[in-house]
Amino acid sequence: MKTLSVDHLLGIKYLKEDDLHLIFETADHFKEVINRPIKKVPSLRDVTIANLFFENSTRTKLSFELAEKRLSADILNFSAAQSSVKKGETLIDTVNNILAMKVDMVVMRHPNPGAAEFLSKNVDACIVNAGDGTHEHPTQALLDAYSIREKFGEVAGKRIVIVGDILHSRVALSNIFALNMLGAEVKICGPKSLLPKHIESLGVKVEPDLKKALRWCDAANMLRVQNERMDKSYFPSIREYTQLYGLTLPLLQSLRKEITILHPGPMNRGVEISSEVADSDQAIILDQVENGVAIRMAVIYLLASKLIKPQA
Amino acid sequence: MPPKLLLNAQQIDILLHRLACQLIEHHGDFSNCVLIGLQPRGVYLLDRLVALLQGEYNINALRQGKLDITFFRDDFRRSEKPHAASSNEMNVPIEGKDIVFIDDVLYTGRSIRAALTAIESYGRPKSIELLNLIDRRFSRDLPIQPDYVGRQIDALQNDKVTVEWTATHKEDAVYLLKDSV
Repeated sequence: MKTLSVDHLLGIKYLKEDDLHLIFETADHFKEVINRPIKKVPSLRDVTIANLFFENSTRTKLSFELAEKRLSADILNFSAAQSSVKKGETLIDTVNNILAMKVDMVVMRHPNPGAAEFLSKNVDACIVNAGDGTHEHPTQALLDAYSIREKFGEVAGKRIVIVGDILHSRVALSNIFALNMLGAEVKICGPKSLLPKHIESLGVKVEPDLKKALRWCDAANMLRVQNERMDKSYFPSIREYTQLYGLTLPLLQSLRKEITILHPGPMNRGVEISSEVADSDQAIILDQVENGVAIRMAVIYLLASKLIKPQA
Repeated sequence: MPPKLLLNAQQIDILLHRLACQLIEHHGDFSNCVLIGLQPRGVYLLDRLVALLQGEYNINALRQGKLDITFFRDDFRRSEKPHAASSNEMNVPIEGKDIVFIDDVLYTGRSIRAALTAIESYGRPKSIELLNLIDRRFSRDLPIQPDYVGRQIDALQNDKVTVEWTATHKEDAVYLLKDSV
Protein backbone atom coordinates (compact mmCIF):
# COMPACT_ATOMS: atom_id res chain seq x y z
CA MET A 1 0.00 0.00 0.00
CA LYS A 2 1.10 3.58 -0.62
CA THR A 3 1.94 5.81 2.32
CA LEU A 4 1.65 9.57 2.85
CA SER A 5 4.57 11.71 1.70
CA VAL A 6 4.51 13.59 5.05
CA ASP A 7 4.95 12.62 8.71
CA HIS A 8 2.64 15.38 10.01
CA LEU A 9 -0.53 16.95 8.66
CA LEU A 10 0.30 20.64 8.96
CA GLY A 11 -1.56 21.98 5.95
CA ILE A 12 -2.80 21.02 2.50
CA LYS A 13 0.03 22.95 0.88
CA TYR A 14 2.55 20.41 2.22
CA LEU A 15 0.69 17.48 0.62
CA LYS A 16 0.85 16.04 -2.88
CA GLU A 17 -2.12 15.11 -5.05
CA ASP A 18 -1.41 11.40 -4.47
CA ASP A 19 -1.69 11.99 -0.72
CA LEU A 20 -5.18 13.42 -1.18
CA HIS A 21 -6.30 10.45 -3.26
CA LEU A 22 -4.81 8.02 -0.73
CA ILE A 23 -6.65 9.78 2.11
CA PHE A 24 -9.93 9.67 0.14
CA GLU A 25 -9.57 5.97 -0.72
CA THR A 26 -8.80 5.14 2.90
CA ALA A 27 -11.75 7.27 4.03
CA ASP A 28 -14.04 5.26 1.72
CA HIS A 29 -13.21 2.17 3.78
CA PHE A 30 -13.68 3.98 7.09
CA LYS A 31 -17.02 5.36 5.95
CA GLU A 32 -18.16 1.75 5.57
CA VAL A 33 -16.75 0.99 9.04
CA ILE A 34 -18.74 3.80 10.72
CA ASN A 35 -21.94 2.53 9.15
CA ARG A 36 -21.57 -0.99 10.59
CA PRO A 37 -23.54 -2.18 13.62
CA ILE A 38 -20.25 -2.02 15.56
CA LYS A 39 -18.43 1.06 14.34
CA LYS A 40 -14.97 0.38 15.68
CA VAL A 41 -11.71 -1.19 14.52
CA PRO A 42 -8.74 -2.09 16.75
CA SER A 43 -5.92 -0.70 14.54
CA LEU A 44 -4.67 2.03 16.93
CA ARG A 45 -5.10 0.25 20.24
CA ASP A 46 -1.47 0.89 21.15
CA VAL A 47 -1.45 4.55 20.08
CA THR A 48 -2.13 7.49 22.41
CA ILE A 49 -3.36 10.79 21.00
CA ALA A 50 -3.61 14.14 22.76
CA ASN A 51 -6.21 16.62 21.52
CA LEU A 52 -4.90 20.08 22.35
CA PHE A 53 -7.47 22.79 21.78
CA PHE A 54 -6.17 26.26 22.50
CA GLU A 55 -9.20 27.73 20.76
CA ASN A 56 -12.89 26.93 20.97
CA SER A 57 -14.24 24.15 18.81
CA THR A 58 -17.30 21.95 18.88
CA ARG A 59 -17.57 19.83 15.77
CA THR A 60 -13.87 19.53 14.91
CA LYS A 61 -13.03 18.44 18.45
CA LEU A 62 -15.91 15.97 18.61
CA SER A 63 -15.12 14.69 15.13
CA PHE A 64 -11.44 14.08 15.94
CA GLU A 65 -12.35 12.49 19.26
CA LEU A 66 -14.85 10.16 17.65
CA ALA A 67 -12.43 9.28 14.82
CA GLU A 68 -9.75 8.40 17.40
CA LYS A 69 -12.18 6.32 19.45
CA ARG A 70 -13.42 4.48 16.36
CA LEU A 71 -9.78 3.51 15.72
CA SER A 72 -9.40 2.33 19.36
CA ALA A 73 -6.72 4.91 20.24
CA ASP A 74 -6.33 6.11 23.82
CA ILE A 75 -7.02 9.82 24.00
CA LEU A 76 -6.29 12.80 26.22
CA ASN A 77 -8.34 15.96 25.90
CA PHE A 78 -6.93 19.32 26.77
CA SER A 79 -8.46 22.74 26.44
CA ALA A 80 -6.56 25.89 27.13
CA ALA A 81 -9.27 27.40 29.29
CA GLN A 82 -8.61 24.92 32.13
CA SER A 83 -4.85 24.62 31.76
CA SER A 84 -1.53 25.98 32.95
CA VAL A 85 -1.33 27.99 29.73
CA LYS A 86 -3.24 30.57 31.72
CA LYS A 87 -0.39 30.53 34.24
CA GLY A 88 2.17 31.47 31.57
CA GLU A 89 3.48 28.10 30.38
CA THR A 90 4.93 28.13 26.84
CA LEU A 91 3.48 25.98 24.06
CA ILE A 92 6.59 23.80 23.80
CA ASP A 93 6.66 23.20 27.57
CA THR A 94 2.96 22.35 27.62
CA VAL A 95 3.31 19.87 24.79
CA ASN A 96 6.55 18.33 26.07
CA ASN A 97 4.90 17.76 29.45
CA ILE A 98 2.08 15.95 27.71
CA LEU A 99 4.52 13.95 25.57
CA ALA A 100 6.37 12.89 28.74
CA MET A 101 3.23 10.91 29.48
CA LYS A 102 4.07 8.76 26.39
CA VAL A 103 1.76 10.34 23.84
CA ASP A 104 2.37 9.40 20.18
CA MET A 105 0.32 11.97 18.30
CA VAL A 106 -0.90 15.51 18.92
CA VAL A 107 -4.00 17.01 17.33
CA MET A 108 -3.82 20.75 17.88
CA ARG A 109 -5.99 23.78 17.28
CA HIS A 110 -4.32 27.08 18.03
CA PRO A 111 -5.19 30.76 17.41
CA ASN A 112 -1.73 31.55 15.99
CA PRO A 113 -1.04 30.86 12.31
CA GLY A 114 1.96 28.53 11.99
CA ALA A 115 1.58 27.05 15.48
CA ALA A 116 1.32 23.47 14.16
CA GLU A 117 4.43 23.80 11.99
CA PHE A 118 6.33 25.43 14.87
CA LEU A 119 5.37 22.53 17.12
CA SER A 120 6.37 19.90 14.55
CA LYS A 121 9.88 21.36 14.46
CA ASN A 122 10.28 21.57 18.22
CA VAL A 123 8.73 18.45 19.72
CA ASP A 124 9.09 14.76 19.00
CA ALA A 125 5.57 13.67 18.04
CA CYS A 126 3.32 13.42 15.02
CA ILE A 127 1.33 16.66 14.69
CA VAL A 128 -2.10 17.04 13.12
CA ASN A 129 -3.23 20.60 12.53
CA ALA A 130 -6.87 21.02 13.54
CA GLY A 131 -6.82 24.70 12.57
CA ASP A 132 -4.10 27.30 13.18
CA GLY A 133 -5.48 30.84 13.30
CA THR A 134 -6.26 32.21 9.86
CA HIS A 135 -3.74 29.87 8.20
CA GLU A 136 -4.96 26.32 7.44
CA HIS A 137 -7.58 23.79 8.49
CA PRO A 138 -6.50 20.81 6.42
CA THR A 139 -8.98 18.17 7.62
CA GLN A 140 -11.89 20.53 6.87
CA ALA A 141 -10.64 21.04 3.31
CA LEU A 142 -10.16 17.29 2.92
CA LEU A 143 -13.70 16.53 4.06
CA ASP A 144 -15.11 19.31 1.86
CA ALA A 145 -13.30 17.95 -1.21
CA TYR A 146 -14.26 14.39 -0.22
CA SER A 147 -17.93 15.43 0.01
CA ILE A 148 -17.70 17.06 -3.43
CA ARG A 149 -16.07 13.87 -4.79
CA GLU A 150 -18.85 11.80 -3.22
CA LYS A 151 -21.54 14.02 -4.75
CA PHE A 152 -20.07 14.38 -8.25
CA GLY A 153 -17.86 11.30 -8.57
CA GLU A 154 -14.71 13.41 -8.91
CA VAL A 155 -13.41 16.86 -8.06
CA ALA A 156 -11.40 17.48 -11.24
CA GLY A 157 -13.14 19.86 -13.62
CA LYS A 158 -15.83 20.88 -11.13
CA ARG A 159 -16.57 24.56 -10.57
CA ILE A 160 -16.51 25.53 -6.92
CA VAL A 161 -17.20 28.96 -5.46
CA ILE A 162 -16.17 29.87 -1.92
CA VAL A 163 -18.37 32.65 -0.56
CA GLY A 164 -17.88 34.98 2.38
CA ASP A 165 -15.12 35.94 4.77
CA ILE A 166 -12.09 34.70 2.84
CA LEU A 167 -9.70 37.05 4.68
CA HIS A 168 -10.11 35.43 8.09
CA SER A 169 -10.85 31.91 6.91
CA ARG A 170 -8.40 29.04 7.29
CA VAL A 171 -11.09 26.87 5.69
CA ALA A 172 -10.94 29.01 2.53
CA LEU A 173 -7.15 28.81 2.23
CA SER A 174 -7.01 25.04 2.76
CA ASN A 175 -9.95 24.57 0.37
CA ILE A 176 -8.23 26.61 -2.33
CA PHE A 177 -5.06 24.50 -2.02
CA ALA A 178 -6.98 21.20 -2.03
CA LEU A 179 -9.40 22.02 -4.85
CA ASN A 180 -6.65 23.43 -7.07
CA MET A 181 -4.50 20.35 -6.43
CA LEU A 182 -7.41 18.10 -7.43
CA GLY A 183 -8.04 20.02 -10.64
CA ALA A 184 -11.22 21.93 -9.77
CA GLU A 185 -11.88 25.49 -10.95
CA VAL A 186 -12.18 27.80 -7.97
CA LYS A 187 -13.75 31.25 -7.64
CA ILE A 188 -14.10 33.28 -4.50
CA CYS A 189 -16.89 35.71 -3.76
CA GLY A 190 -17.37 38.21 -0.96
CA PRO A 191 -17.13 41.86 0.01
CA LYS A 192 -13.85 43.39 -1.18
CA SER A 193 -12.87 44.19 2.38
CA LEU A 194 -12.99 40.45 3.23
CA LEU A 195 -10.92 39.26 0.24
CA PRO A 196 -7.14 39.16 0.74
CA LYS A 197 -5.08 41.26 -1.68
CA HIS A 198 -3.33 39.25 -4.42
CA ILE A 199 -5.58 36.22 -3.76
CA GLU A 200 -5.52 35.56 -7.53
CA SER A 201 -1.89 34.52 -7.15
CA LEU A 202 -3.19 31.31 -5.55
CA GLY A 203 -4.85 30.39 -8.84
CA VAL A 204 -8.41 31.49 -8.07
CA LYS A 205 -10.63 34.06 -9.72
CA VAL A 206 -12.61 36.72 -7.90
CA GLU A 207 -16.32 37.17 -8.65
CA PRO A 208 -17.85 39.98 -6.58
CA ASP A 209 -21.43 39.25 -7.70
CA LEU A 210 -22.95 36.35 -5.75
CA LYS A 211 -25.64 35.58 -8.31
CA LYS A 212 -23.12 35.38 -11.17
CA ALA A 213 -20.86 33.20 -9.04
CA LEU A 214 -23.69 30.82 -8.20
CA ARG A 215 -24.80 30.60 -11.84
CA TRP A 216 -21.23 29.66 -12.78
CA CYS A 217 -20.61 27.01 -10.14
CA ASP A 218 -21.46 23.34 -9.51
CA ALA A 219 -21.07 23.72 -5.76
CA ALA A 220 -20.91 26.66 -3.36
CA ASN A 221 -19.10 26.60 -0.03
CA MET A 222 -20.74 29.23 2.20
CA LEU A 223 -18.33 30.48 4.89
CA ARG A 224 -19.21 32.05 8.20
CA VAL A 225 -18.42 35.68 8.94
CA GLN A 226 -15.77 35.38 11.64
CA ASN A 227 -16.67 38.25 13.92
CA GLU A 228 -14.28 36.98 16.59
CA ARG A 229 -11.27 37.57 14.32
CA MET A 230 -12.33 41.06 13.20
CA ASP A 231 -10.46 43.87 14.92
CA LYS A 232 -12.38 46.51 12.98
CA SER A 233 -15.54 46.82 10.94
CA TYR A 234 -15.22 45.20 7.49
CA PHE A 235 -18.73 45.91 6.22
CA PRO A 236 -21.45 48.39 7.20
CA SER A 237 -23.94 45.96 8.74
CA ILE A 238 -24.87 42.29 8.99
CA ARG A 239 -28.12 43.19 7.21
CA GLU A 240 -26.24 44.58 4.23
CA TYR A 241 -23.91 41.58 4.15
CA THR A 242 -26.91 39.25 4.13
CA GLN A 243 -28.56 41.16 1.31
CA LEU A 244 -25.46 40.99 -0.89
CA TYR A 245 -23.83 37.71 0.14
CA GLY A 246 -26.48 35.69 1.96
CA LEU A 247 -27.78 32.58 0.19
CA THR A 248 -31.59 32.50 0.28
CA LEU A 249 -34.11 30.12 -1.24
CA PRO A 250 -35.45 32.69 -3.79
CA LEU A 251 -31.87 33.30 -4.95
CA LEU A 252 -31.20 29.56 -5.21
CA GLN A 253 -34.42 28.99 -7.17
CA SER A 254 -33.69 31.89 -9.51
CA LEU A 255 -30.53 30.11 -10.79
CA ARG A 256 -32.56 27.67 -12.94
CA LYS A 257 -29.96 24.98 -12.20
CA GLU A 258 -29.30 22.77 -9.22
CA ILE A 259 -26.13 23.53 -7.32
CA THR A 260 -24.76 21.78 -4.24
CA ILE A 261 -24.38 23.77 -1.03
CA LEU A 262 -21.60 23.18 1.50
CA HIS A 263 -21.02 24.90 4.83
CA PRO A 264 -18.16 24.10 7.22
CA GLY A 265 -20.19 25.17 10.25
CA PRO A 266 -21.05 26.63 12.61
CA MET A 267 -23.81 28.23 10.56
CA ASN A 268 -25.17 31.68 11.21
CA ARG A 269 -28.66 30.96 9.95
CA GLY A 270 -30.14 34.05 8.40
CA VAL A 271 -26.73 35.66 7.78
CA GLU A 272 -24.64 33.80 5.16
CA ILE A 273 -27.25 31.08 4.62
CA SER A 274 -30.99 31.02 5.21
CA SER A 275 -32.65 28.21 7.13
CA GLU A 276 -34.59 27.04 4.06
CA VAL A 277 -31.35 26.63 2.08
CA ALA A 278 -29.48 24.99 4.95
CA ASP A 279 -32.25 22.42 5.36
CA SER A 280 -32.85 21.91 1.63
CA ASP A 281 -31.99 18.78 -0.36
CA GLN A 282 -29.27 20.69 -2.16
CA ALA A 283 -27.31 21.20 1.07
CA ILE A 284 -24.85 18.42 1.97
CA ILE A 285 -23.91 20.00 5.29
CA LEU A 286 -24.72 16.95 7.42
CA ASP A 287 -22.97 14.65 4.91
CA GLN A 288 -19.91 16.82 5.46
CA VAL A 289 -20.11 16.14 9.20
CA GLU A 290 -20.34 12.37 8.67
CA ASN A 291 -17.52 12.46 6.13
CA GLY A 292 -15.44 14.46 8.62
CA VAL A 293 -15.19 11.45 10.92
CA ALA A 294 -14.18 9.12 8.06
CA ILE A 295 -11.58 11.60 6.75
CA ARG A 296 -10.07 12.13 10.21
CA MET A 297 -9.94 8.36 10.75
CA ALA A 298 -8.09 8.05 7.44
CA VAL A 299 -5.61 10.83 8.28
CA ILE A 300 -4.88 9.47 11.75
CA TYR A 301 -4.61 5.87 10.50
CA LEU A 302 -2.21 6.80 7.70
CA LEU A 303 -0.04 8.99 9.95
CA ALA A 304 -0.04 6.37 12.73
CA SER A 305 1.27 3.80 10.25
CA LYS A 306 4.39 5.97 9.99
CA LEU A 307 5.01 6.21 13.73
CA ILE A 308 8.10 4.52 15.17
CA LYS A 309 7.45 0.78 15.32
CA PRO A 310 6.90 -0.81 18.72
CA GLN A 311 10.10 -2.41 20.06
CA ALA A 312 10.34 -6.18 20.35
CA MET B 1 14.69 -21.09 -8.89
CA PRO B 2 11.54 -21.26 -11.06
CA PRO B 3 8.20 -21.68 -9.27
CA LYS B 4 7.20 -25.29 -8.68
CA LEU B 5 3.72 -26.26 -9.83
CA LEU B 6 1.89 -27.81 -6.87
CA LEU B 7 -1.59 -28.16 -8.40
CA ASN B 8 -2.70 -27.87 -12.00
CA ALA B 9 -6.14 -26.79 -13.26
CA GLN B 10 -7.52 -30.34 -13.35
CA GLN B 11 -6.37 -31.11 -9.81
CA ILE B 12 -7.86 -27.84 -8.55
CA ASP B 13 -11.15 -28.68 -10.28
CA ILE B 14 -11.32 -32.02 -8.46
CA LEU B 15 -10.56 -30.32 -5.13
CA LEU B 16 -13.25 -27.68 -5.70
CA HIS B 17 -15.83 -30.39 -6.39
CA ARG B 18 -14.83 -32.25 -3.23
CA LEU B 19 -14.97 -29.07 -1.12
CA ALA B 20 -18.40 -28.21 -2.58
CA CYS B 21 -19.67 -31.71 -1.73
CA GLN B 22 -18.29 -31.49 1.81
CA LEU B 23 -20.08 -28.17 2.28
CA ILE B 24 -23.34 -29.75 1.05
CA GLU B 25 -22.78 -32.69 3.41
CA HIS B 26 -22.51 -30.32 6.39
CA HIS B 27 -24.92 -27.57 5.45
CA GLY B 28 -27.62 -29.35 3.43
CA ASP B 29 -29.73 -26.76 1.64
CA PHE B 30 -27.61 -23.90 3.09
CA SER B 31 -30.71 -22.36 4.70
CA ASN B 32 -28.76 -21.25 7.79
CA CYS B 33 -25.35 -20.92 6.17
CA VAL B 34 -23.45 -17.83 5.00
CA LEU B 35 -20.26 -18.21 2.96
CA ILE B 36 -17.79 -15.41 3.68
CA GLY B 37 -14.83 -14.87 1.35
CA LEU B 38 -11.87 -13.15 2.99
CA GLN B 39 -10.54 -10.20 1.03
CA PRO B 40 -8.61 -9.96 -1.14
CA ARG B 41 -7.75 -13.46 -2.37
CA GLY B 42 -10.37 -15.59 -0.65
CA VAL B 43 -13.13 -14.04 -2.74
CA TYR B 44 -11.87 -15.77 -5.91
CA LEU B 45 -12.22 -19.15 -4.19
CA LEU B 46 -15.64 -18.06 -2.88
CA ASP B 47 -16.79 -17.11 -6.39
CA ARG B 48 -15.66 -20.46 -7.80
CA LEU B 49 -17.34 -22.48 -5.05
CA VAL B 50 -20.56 -20.49 -5.40
CA ALA B 51 -20.56 -21.01 -9.18
CA LEU B 52 -20.04 -24.73 -8.63
CA LEU B 53 -22.70 -25.09 -5.94
CA GLN B 54 -25.23 -23.20 -8.05
CA GLY B 55 -24.31 -24.59 -11.45
CA GLU B 56 -23.47 -28.24 -10.73
CA TYR B 57 -25.36 -28.96 -7.51
CA ASN B 58 -28.45 -26.72 -7.92
CA ILE B 59 -28.03 -24.95 -4.58
CA ASN B 60 -29.79 -21.69 -5.32
CA ALA B 61 -30.43 -20.17 -1.89
CA LEU B 62 -26.78 -19.37 -1.18
CA ARG B 63 -25.96 -16.36 0.93
CA GLN B 64 -22.50 -14.89 0.71
CA GLY B 65 -20.41 -11.95 1.81
CA LYS B 66 -16.92 -10.54 1.39
CA LEU B 67 -15.03 -9.52 4.52
CA ASP B 68 -11.99 -7.26 4.67
CA ILE B 69 -9.74 -7.70 7.71
CA THR B 70 -7.18 -4.92 7.09
CA PHE B 71 -8.12 -2.78 10.10
CA PHE B 72 -8.21 -5.84 12.35
CA ARG B 73 -4.71 -7.12 11.53
CA ASP B 74 -2.25 -7.45 14.42
CA ASP B 75 0.74 -6.18 12.43
CA PHE B 76 -0.28 -2.51 12.03
CA ARG B 77 2.88 -0.37 12.59
CA ARG B 78 4.90 -3.61 12.53
CA SER B 79 4.96 -4.38 8.82
CA GLU B 80 7.12 -2.27 6.50
CA LYS B 81 4.13 -0.66 4.80
CA PRO B 82 0.48 -0.62 5.82
CA HIS B 83 -1.71 -3.14 4.01
CA ALA B 84 -4.17 -1.77 1.45
CA ALA B 85 -7.78 -2.23 2.46
CA SER B 86 -10.34 -3.89 0.19
CA SER B 87 -14.07 -3.40 0.13
CA ASN B 88 -16.47 -5.09 2.53
CA GLU B 89 -19.62 -6.56 1.05
CA MET B 90 -21.45 -7.74 4.12
CA ASN B 91 -25.04 -7.08 3.10
CA VAL B 92 -26.28 -10.35 4.54
CA PRO B 93 -27.36 -10.78 8.17
CA ILE B 94 -25.04 -13.12 10.10
CA GLU B 95 -26.75 -13.10 13.51
CA GLY B 96 -27.36 -16.73 14.51
CA LYS B 97 -26.01 -18.06 11.19
CA ASP B 98 -23.48 -20.80 10.48
CA ILE B 99 -20.56 -19.00 8.87
CA VAL B 100 -17.91 -20.55 6.65
CA PHE B 101 -14.78 -18.42 6.19
CA ILE B 102 -13.24 -19.07 2.78
CA ASP B 103 -9.60 -18.25 2.03
CA ASP B 104 -7.08 -19.60 -0.44
CA VAL B 105 -4.04 -20.33 1.76
CA LEU B 106 -3.88 -20.93 5.52
CA TYR B 107 -0.41 -20.08 6.81
CA THR B 108 0.19 -18.51 10.25
CA GLY B 109 -3.51 -18.24 11.11
CA ARG B 110 -3.22 -14.53 11.93
CA SER B 111 -5.56 -13.46 9.12
CA ILE B 112 -8.19 -15.85 10.44
CA ARG B 113 -7.70 -14.46 13.96
CA ALA B 114 -8.34 -10.98 12.51
CA ALA B 115 -11.39 -12.26 10.61
CA LEU B 116 -12.84 -13.76 13.80
CA THR B 117 -12.69 -10.29 15.37
CA ALA B 118 -13.84 -8.44 12.24
CA ILE B 119 -16.95 -10.56 11.80
CA GLU B 120 -18.14 -9.49 15.27
CA SER B 121 -18.78 -6.00 13.86
CA TYR B 122 -21.72 -7.44 11.97
CA GLY B 123 -23.34 -9.63 14.63
CA ARG B 124 -22.97 -12.88 16.59
CA PRO B 125 -22.96 -15.96 14.37
CA LYS B 126 -24.05 -19.36 15.70
CA SER B 127 -20.84 -20.99 14.51
CA ILE B 128 -17.82 -20.28 12.33
CA GLU B 129 -15.96 -22.84 10.20
CA LEU B 130 -12.91 -22.42 8.01
CA LEU B 131 -12.37 -23.64 4.44
CA ASN B 132 -8.97 -23.39 2.74
CA LEU B 133 -7.76 -24.58 -0.64
CA ILE B 134 -4.19 -24.93 0.70
CA ASP B 135 -3.15 -25.63 4.29
CA ARG B 136 0.53 -24.91 4.96
CA ARG B 137 0.78 -27.31 7.87
CA PHE B 138 3.34 -27.00 10.69
CA SER B 139 3.53 -23.21 10.17
CA ARG B 140 0.79 -21.93 12.46
CA ASP B 141 1.44 -19.11 14.97
CA LEU B 142 -1.99 -19.52 16.56
CA PRO B 143 -4.23 -22.46 17.52
CA ILE B 144 -6.34 -22.28 14.35
CA GLN B 145 -7.13 -25.28 12.11
CA PRO B 146 -9.30 -25.56 9.00
CA ASP B 147 -12.54 -27.58 8.83
CA TYR B 148 -12.37 -28.14 5.07
CA VAL B 149 -9.01 -28.48 3.27
CA GLY B 150 -8.23 -28.85 -0.41
CA ARG B 151 -4.61 -29.95 -0.02
CA GLN B 152 -2.11 -29.92 2.82
CA ILE B 153 1.42 -28.94 1.85
CA ASP B 154 4.78 -28.59 3.56
CA ALA B 155 6.70 -25.41 2.83
CA LEU B 156 9.56 -23.65 4.57
CA GLN B 157 8.97 -20.43 6.47
CA ASN B 158 10.23 -18.04 3.78
CA ASP B 159 8.70 -19.92 0.84
CA LYS B 160 5.67 -18.43 -0.88
CA VAL B 161 2.58 -20.27 -2.01
CA THR B 162 0.54 -18.49 -4.67
CA VAL B 163 -2.87 -19.46 -6.00
CA GLU B 164 -3.77 -18.28 -9.51
CA TRP B 165 -7.32 -18.26 -10.85
CA THR B 166 -8.65 -17.98 -14.38
CA ALA B 167 -10.40 -14.77 -13.22
CA THR B 168 -6.99 -13.09 -12.94
CA HIS B 169 -4.53 -15.41 -14.71
CA LYS B 170 -4.34 -17.67 -17.74
CA GLU B 171 -5.49 -20.75 -15.85
CA ASP B 172 -6.01 -22.18 -12.38
CA ALA B 173 -2.73 -23.18 -10.71
CA VAL B 174 -0.98 -23.31 -7.34
CA TYR B 175 2.75 -22.60 -7.23
CA LEU B 176 5.45 -22.89 -4.61
CA LEU B 177 8.12 -20.20 -4.80
CA LYS B 178 11.25 -21.22 -2.93
CA ASP B 179 13.09 -18.55 -0.99
CA SER B 180 16.15 -17.77 -3.14
CA VAL B 181 18.38 -16.72 -0.20
